[in-house]
Amino acid sequence: MKNHSFDTRRYILSGIVLLILAVFTLQLLSLQADNDSYKDKADSNAFYEKTIYPARGLMYDRDGKLLVYNKPSYDIMFVPRELKDIDTLALCNTLGITIDDFKERVKRVKDRRLNPGYSPYTEQELMTQLSAEEYAAFQEKLFLYPGLHVRKRSIRQYSYNAAGVLFGDIGEVSQKKIDSDPYYQRGDYIGTQGIEASYEEALRGRKGTEILLRDAHGRIQGNYRDGELDTLAIRGKDLTLSIDIELQQLGERLMKNKIGSIVAIEPATGEILCMVSSPTYDPSLLTGRERGKNHKELSKDKRKPLLNRAIMGTYPPGSTFKTSQAATFMQEGIIDCNTSFPCQGGFVLNNFRLGCHAHSSPISLKPAIATSCNAYFCWGLHRMFGSSKYSGGTKEAMNKWRDYMVSMGFGYKLGVDLPGEVRGMIPNAEFYTKHYGNYWRAVTVISIAIGQGEVTLTPLQIANLCATIANRGTFITPHIVKGIEGEELDTTYTTPRKTMVDARIYEDIAEGMRLAVTNGTCRAANLPDIEVCGKTGTAQNKGKDHSAFMGFAPMHDPKIAIAVYVENGGFGATYGVPIGALMMEQYLNDSLSDESAKKAKEMENRVIYYGTAER
Amino acid sequence: MEQRSGNIFTRIDWWTVALYIGLGVMGWLAICGASHSYIETSFLEFLDQSERTGKQALWMGISMIVGILLMCVPKHTYRNISGIAYLTTLLLGILTIFIAKDIKGSHSWISIGTFSIQPAEFMKAATAMALAAFIGRREFDMKNNKDFLKCIAIILVPMIIIVGQKETGSALVYFALFLALYREGMTGIYLLMGATAIVYFVVGIKYSNEPFSELPVNIGPYAVTVLIQTFSTAMAWFWCKSRKTTLVLLIVNASGTLLSYFVAVYLIEFDIMITQYILLAFNIIYLLLMARLKKEKKNIWIAVYIVGALAFFNSCNYVMQNVLKPHQKVRIEVLLGLKEDISGAGYNVYQSKIAIGSGGMFGKGFLNGTQTKLKYVPEQDTDFIFCTIGEEQGFAGSFFVMVIFVAFILRLISLAERQNDRFGRVYGYAIASIFLFHFTINIGMVLGIMPVIGIPLPFFSYGGSSFLGFSILLFTFLRIDADREQKTQRT
Repeated sequence: MKNHSFDTRRYILSGIVLLILAVFTLQLLSLQADNDSYKDKADSNAFYEKTIYPARGLMYDRDGKLLVYNKPSYDIMFVPRELKDIDTLALCNTLGITIDDFKERVKRVKDRRLNPGYSPYTEQELMTQLSAEEYAAFQEKLFLYPGLHVRKRSIRQYSYNAAGVLFGDIGEVSQKKIDSDPYYQRGDYIGTQGIEASYEEALRGRKGTEILLRDAHGRIQGNYRDGELDTLAIRGKDLTLSIDIELQQLGERLMKNKIGSIVAIEPATGEILCMVSSPTYDPSLLTGRERGKNHKELSKDKRKPLLNRAIMGTYPPGSTFKTSQAATFMQEGIIDCNTSFPCQGGFVLNNFRLGCHAHSSPISLKPAIATSCNAYFCWGLHRMFGSSKYSGGTKEAMNKWRDYMVSMGFGYKLGVDLPGEVRGMIPNAEFYTKHYGNYWRAVTVISIAIGQGEVTLTPLQIANLCATIANRGTFITPHIVKGIEGEELDTTYTTPRKTMVDARIYEDIAEGMRLAVTNGTCRAANLPDIEVCGKTGTAQNKGKDHSAFMGFAPMHDPKIAIAVYVENGGFGATYGVPIGALMMEQYLNDSLSDESAKKAKEMENRVIYYGTAER
Repeated sequence: MEQRSGNIFTRIDWWTVALYIGLGVMGWLAICGASHSYIETSFLEFLDQSERTGKQALWMGISMIVGILLMCVPKHTYRNISGIAYLTTLLLGILTIFIAKDIKGSHSWISIGTFSIQPAEFMKAATAMALAAFIGRREFDMKNNKDFLKCIAIILVPMIIIVGQKETGSALVYFALFLALYREGMTGIYLLMGATAIVYFVVGIKYSNEPFSELPVNIGPYAVTVLIQTFSTAMAWFWCKSRKTTLVLLIVNASGTLLSYFVAVYLIEFDIMITQYILLAFNIIYLLLMARLKKEKKNIWIAVYIVGALAFFNSCNYVMQNVLKPHQKVRIEVLLGLKEDISGAGYNVYQSKIAIGSGGMFGKGFLNGTQTKLKYVPEQDTDFIFCTIGEEQGFAGSFFVMVIFVAFILRLISLAERQNDRFGRVYGYAIASIFLFHFTINIGMVLGIMPVIGIPLPFFSYGGSSFLGFSILLFTFLRIDADREQKTQRT
């Protein structure tokens, strides 16, 4: 053959073949060996983790009445990449929105600043919380819109228009929370206020996931490995609240058109029987699609209906505080039950004078409590702070006093199971030294003895003071949830706390409070056949006095301890006492007598004008 | 006759047949993997005629029968009818353009009942055979320009017809036949020029906007000038075999390039492209001078090559910027890795790489791939069938398939080499080159290192006429191989 010279070319050609094999092998290795990024991409391609949302736990009142439950709602989701060639106008008509609104929604979803997790391949929210009726209308036409899906969720529903501020509300989880808690994903709901927030972990249950296979067109092709790896959603735990919903409703009725708070506690358990913060709002306003708008309006309201005044409002406790003073002075041996002090229209020392109202003089402890004598407690504080008992003088006495107050639950958060509690104010020696220098004495700070001056408490702390007296010296941290399904209550809410004062002393104070009801300032609190103990409070402040009352009943083996605080209500007897009496009657008798019902109606209609200033 | 077919039976190259059957079975299993959609439960359903796997199995059976029939036709008959077969398929091809239905813009399919066939698949075999017969003539001389041009015409005419059918990808396959011409003595310059043109294009365009260290020069054009210097020097050595010319070019170019680089970096910054052009100008002048003094004509061609290469590179730039349509430009940019275009032109390849990459070393297991089955990879059972293997069988399986394929091609080359006439050898090389071209372009495309050209992977991609076409190519050659005049008895 004459082509012999080209015979070597077979090796060149074979070499080319092997070279190609080598190049392909290298590329294969670079794709397949040690390269998880393609695997991750493949997984995010093919696996669609469908979250199954559990039903949120329900809430019942102490008698087992259903308070908070769930209603199905429907979110319309869309996958941006699949949303092509659809009749936008028809879709908007079905959804009841305008084209501009639709475009705006899509634009917002695609804005990575607002929606950092945006991907055109995953489901995005188009519209949330459609009602069952809206959903039904949309469902019929769903087939017209490939790329649109419906996600079933649930929203809260309330049996009673009451206790909104206690229940709190649910909103979409914040980015901050997502970053700190891996449980949450974008779009999840989380309790943001009230019990919904403090018991979020019990209420939310656990989300389940279904791992689905999704083809290139986003169509679901079935469960991955027949659902072997799917996890079930676990329903949230139901809560039993310590609230008596009827008492709560009555409280809210009585506080209508007044600003203030009522807190009732079962002394033996620390369970909160009602916690009214007025003004109130309808809790259902904060569910559904109007939530955002309503929330904005409520938060703009100058009377602050979203504020739970029972734990977030701090007020001068006024004369209700005198009981804590009596207990302290007696325990310290400054006075005893029979110690008398003069009162000629007030506490007079050198050039200082603090007024009082007319009553007999001199006066001993129990009548002093019953008549709410200012002078008696001022003398007591004066004597304590001047006592030679304290080697450190006034300052040591002051701090001793502070310790008593703290042991009674003042000055610090009580630890109620609701978010946002504030601590109130109990001053100490350093506080005054900072203000007055070293030359301050009892008379300088004398108003703290009558619950004025620097002292402030929350209504919950006043109610707890009352419960402590009712228990004769112990209290259990007040709490609003008395039972969690399948879970023990936190020991904080079962362990009694003792004050620094002995039980026998509280017995005297209770008798003084009984005397106040029978012969003293709160005779209106008397209930037939029930031994009620009470103490009024009239707290001075910049505007009209606040009207306060605290009381418990029955005197022996008390079932309810209550604190009523009406801003700018005037004398304690004007608002505090009648409201407190009605509340106790309702709780102890389960109903109001006809006469009381009339009084309740009357009270409901009484309006206090607060003007337009920010509260 | 009985006696003779018995002989045939023993003279068949069973190695090739075994590799063919192996590839066919693996291919069919891959189609099972690609078309399995989590719904089938019984394996028998893969043979159902309403399924693609069932149809493919039927076509494989038909191909075997056709193969056996083709084995009954003696070599000289093939040689004699090659001209008629060539003209017939060309006419059929032209006819197809007019009678074929428009399928995604392509006019290449003729429907007969429920089956569709693609006449272009048979044109390949006819063209290869016509080319082999033409070169096999005793008076043929590759150095004769007239003969050489006739060869090119035999290759180009079917290409033009297929382009007319709007199947540009299939038309490119005919370029593979130049490898057979190369084996028969066509100057390697053409192949080299083609190869260097691709290198210039890729390097030049890919790095056209990347600055070279801190100099005011882009890597692309600079690297191309260095490459031209390197290639021209290499040509002086390998082609002209002139030690002196090579040495001069090497020393001048290397020292000039390095010197100007270091001066620009460490002393005075200047446009080092200027020195590159000066060096190339020197090369041209020197080569022409040597051609005149030494009467070495080849030097002129090297000089022409330098000018042509520069012109080619600059026209590439011009075409990229001014001639190509935006979507064509994007395709090239995606291929060169200049653009990540996941949703548009790069979608197929992106998804294909994900599918293969997610297979890992040992794959997800037969029928367990998610990417191909969930249709993330388009054309997963035709052009992108290799994805399924990559995903389900991993590196181990894909490498095995490639090795079997390469063994098949190398076996064909060795069969071609053992032919004792040019007809057999050219035909052998022609079909080996066709398989090689399909293998390279198809797998290269799936792996993301070749442009997306829609041609099937032989014996793997779903498609009856493609399987039949490749079988025809193979079995005609097996018969030609079996009929060679045996000088030594094979064991």
